[in-house]
Amino acid sequence: MRYRSVLAALATSTFLFATNPATAADLEVTHWWTSGGEAAAAKVLAESYDKLGGDKWVDGAIAGSGSTARPIIVSRILGGNPMGATQLNTGRDAEDLVKAGLMTDLTELATKEGWADFIRPSKLLDACKYEGKIYCVPVNIHSLQWMWINPNAFKDAGAAVPTNWNEFVAAAPKLKEKGVIPLATGDAWQIDGVFRVLLANLGGKELYLKIVDEKSTEAAGSPEMKAVWQAFANARDLADPGYVGRQWNEATSLVLTGKAGGQIMGDWAQGEFGVAGKVAGTDYDCLPGLGVHPALDTGGDAFYFPKNQNPEITKAQLKLASMLVSKETQVAFNLAKGSLPIRGDVDMQAANACMQKGIKILADSNNVLPSYEQAFSSDTQGQIEDLMTEFFADKSMTVEDAQARYVEIIGEAK
Amino acid sequence: MAGSRRPFTPLRNLNAKIAAVPMILTVLVVFIGCTLWTVVYSFTSSRSLPTLDFVGMDQYVRLFRTSRWTVSLKNLAIFGVLSLSFSLVLGFILAALMDQKIRFENTFRTIFLYPHALSFIVTGLVWQWILTPAYGVQKVVRDLGFETFNFPILTDGRFTIYAIVIAGLWQGTGLVMALMLAGLRNIDDEIWKAARVDGIPAWKTYLFIIIPMMRPVFITTLVIISATIVKVYDLVVALTNGGPGISSEVPAKYVYDLMFSRGNLGQGLAASTIMLTTVLIILVPWALLEFRPRYRKGEASK
Amino acid sequence: MSSSLSSAEPRGGRPKRFLSPTSIMIYSALLVAAIYYLIPLYVMVMTSLKGMPEIRLGNVFSPPVEVTFQPWATAWNSACTGLYCEGIKVGFFNSMKILVPSVIFSIIIASVNGYALSNWRFKGSELFFTALIFGAFIPYQVMLYPLVIITRQLGIFGTLTGVIVIHTIFGMPILTLLFRNYFVSLPPELFKAARVDGAGFWRIFLQIMLPMSLPIFVVAVILQVTGIWNDFLFGVIFAGTKNFPMTVQLNNIVNSTQGVKEYNVNMAATILTGAVPLLVYFFSGKYFVRGIAAGAVKG
Repeated sequence: MRYRSVLAALATSTFLFATNPATAADLEVTHWWTSGGEAAAAKVLAESYDKLGGDKWVDGAIAGSGSTARPIIVSRILGGNPMGATQLNTGRDAEDLVKAGLMTDLTELATKEGWADFIRPSKLLDACKYEGKIYCVPVNIHSLQWMWINPNAFKDAGAAVPTNWNEFVAAAPKLKEKGVIPLATGDAWQIDGVFRVLLANLGGKELYLKIVDEKSTEAAGSPEMKAVWQAFANARDLADPGYVGRQWNEATSLVLTGKAGGQIMGDWAQGEFGVAGKVAGTDYDCLPGLGVHPALDTGGDAFYFPKNQNPEITKAQLKLASMLVSKETQVAFNLAKGSLPIRGDVDMQAANACMQKGIKILADSNNVLPSYEQAFSSDTQGQIEDLMTEFFADKSMTVEDAQARYVEIIGEAK
Repeated sequence: MAGSRRPFTPLRNLNAKIAAVPMILTVLVVFIGCTLWTVVYSFTSSRSLPTLDFVGMDQYVRLFRTSRWTVSLKNLAIFGVLSLSFSLVLGFILAALMDQKIRFENTFRTIFLYPHALSFIVTGLVWQWILTPAYGVQKVVRDLGFETFNFPILTDGRFTIYAIVIAGLWQGTGLVMALMLAGLRNIDDEIWKAARVDGIPAWKTYLFIIIPMMRPVFITTLVIISATIVKVYDLVVALTNGGPGISSEVPAKYVYDLMFSRGNLGQGLAASTIMLTTVLIILVPWALLEFRPRYRKGEASK
Repeated sequence: MSSSLSSAEPRGGRPKRFLSPTSIMIYSALLVAAIYYLIPLYVMVMTSLKGMPEIRLGNVFSPPVEVTFQPWATAWNSACTGLYCEGIKVGFFNSMKILVPSVIFSIIIASVNGYALSNWRFKGSELFFTALIFGAFIPYQVMLYPLVIITRQLGIFGTLTGVIVIHTIFGMPILTLLFRNYFVSLPPELFKAARVDGAGFWRIFLQIMLPMSLPIFVVAVILQVTGIWNDFLFGVIFAGTKNFPMTVQLNNIVNSTQGVKEYNVNMAATILTGAVPLLVYFFSGKYFVRGIAAGAVKG
């Protein structure tokens, strides 16, 4: 009931704020792609959109990570001051907005263009569906389970260039001797990310599914899980104290410049190497799945289009949606971003060695992990993140204590 | 117009009532209405959107089982006690020094007070820069020849809250000094004369005569600073953003995060209700002590 | 409270000779304190005048070998908050757009209200006033979410209007207190004489009270300008991304890095953000002291 009155207020207010006499619409697009590589990718989209003629992409980049930007975006949509389009993770938060009837329905366009026929893996489109209708456009596939290393840093330190996590841990002392940070990481979500990767690739797919899909407390308290925690404790010892407050791209640049040996970070880090003109295989190496267990999740970015009273804006929204899934955009955008395209039918010859590895792994559906974001509410994710950062920052916290708290959180997650 | 015709009470003094409408609305809708709303919804299971699904004390139970919240409360206590005691003591000492018929009084006051004109964001960023291990205090001392000097105040979770205290004191002590100085200037000259005649040393006069006389100023200052301390948010966001880990988290930040980025309204509201309770614990005794008797005397203003 | 702050002559202790041991102690103590207070300002300015290579080699206290104003230009014009690299000037103009109407509205409302509360009391007026003052102590976090809902329903959430309304609401307790106490302190004969002449509510306010209360308006303006300029929380929640004030923009600039952190640009941006209240402070002197002493209630 409360909602109806909110919506009534919205209806009048959006009308007031979105009136735009011109036939061509200015489409404000919010996103949090603000690092070098990401910004370059956003530019690709902005330029291709403007080239279509008429409507204009008005960039509404919000600095900081998704956790800064997401609440701003959500509250603007709820607040009756919607942007034309926005990057948003598919998952429970977005679902609330869809449920409230605040998002433009894209089903008609999707059926006409046959999105279901070319979007691969099909799970991506499923994530955009609510009650059979489509409300978002997936634009790329990102996987978190990557490790980036600087082979020269290892060679200089007289260590063998690692090909998997265990070798990396073994080589770390030599790096330390040389004053090189073994593992570059940064603020909260990056640490949480390290744990997710360790869970997926050291714990293995079975354990990952038990935690993520079944929320099994038994699995969370198992000896296998303890091994993951032990590895996380190792990671804690391999990071430098300067990780506090470090952005992920700063951490990447430490690897890039040889000040750090490696970084566990999603494939978007590749964009930073690209911007710096580094070549995969010589300047940097990638270890998908930590080189242990080739399983990648298929999260990714998606665009949502908040409902708008102005028909010009709605038209401009559909135009952008159609452009985002088009072959040309998919290739150009994903090359810039270092991510994989959502279409199985585009030519990714131009992709570098690392991206090719990713494409190959994902070609086998056994290697595809479900996305973590969709499995847990942002509240639970937040609780886990708090635990991870607390553990990471406080070396006196034991693996046993941390695991016990982890079991508790998983148990409460519904 | 608003004269002395008694019978029509609602219309009497109408202009004044119209002028007071914003105040009345603010009190009823914002201060009372919003506060009650928050308290009521803190007992619900509201997630991204408010719902009236009551779950009793569940949110509070989870709140106090969450280590981030208990750490936040602990930090608030450390920050509160240290900020209060240091700013009161230092503020009073500075004010007493300023009150010695010194030259350049205005210059000194300008210097002590300027940080108060700056926002917490600016304060936080400056101190973050000064305390950065790679370039700040640690580097300075090392450059002086103490190669092994370690000052990990921003990188070791055990110390970060003290960094926030240091920055907070820099920003706020000037204000305490100004309030104290005003209090000192209100002390009757006769007191000083009498003390001098009796041959009481200055420090004793301060400690046993002046300070007790300034009790109202101290209490007002205490209440004012406490209310600011409970709200501390921007300073932490700019200086440490709660890190490393959860070591410098504060309650206001927990509330903001749970409400606006974690989509758990119930938790955020429960946490803010606890913040409200904290303020009430400080405020109510003070109000009873300071306001009641004055009202009875019919002297409402302070 | 504010009226008691007009600074009288110093009274403490006996007058001292300039070079007595006691006064040397006093001055050294004050000097040490002054240095502590000035260090951050010094560090900000020095860092903002250095080039990045020099920052990497030196420490925060070392003065620049080669003075450059480039960081200032970059901070103002081209520092990035995402894809847009338009510098902190965007935030500056947003803050201005928030500041001017907020200051005007809040002062008009509070001054009229304070006047009504001092000269035209009505049944319940004292009660509401007390409630208003107590309301100032409620942590904002308690009222934040309901206010989001209210502004949302009014259709002003995430707009300039929204943040202006919020500033007006939260400026009310302290400003009302300020004006009420001031009007109470004026000689009541003035008001009585005007009433005898048959002047009404608004005429007395405009023709008699206003001309006499310039100083308190100055205090109120200073108080609001610094308070609103320095706000972060309301700006980030209620103003909307396009209207982010300078403090929020500053935090975004500092936290959005394209590879390497440019500390000199960050510090220049920090000084620029602090410049407005600092200038107000340096030029307003005693009025500022009166304002913040009263404004401390607002927190």
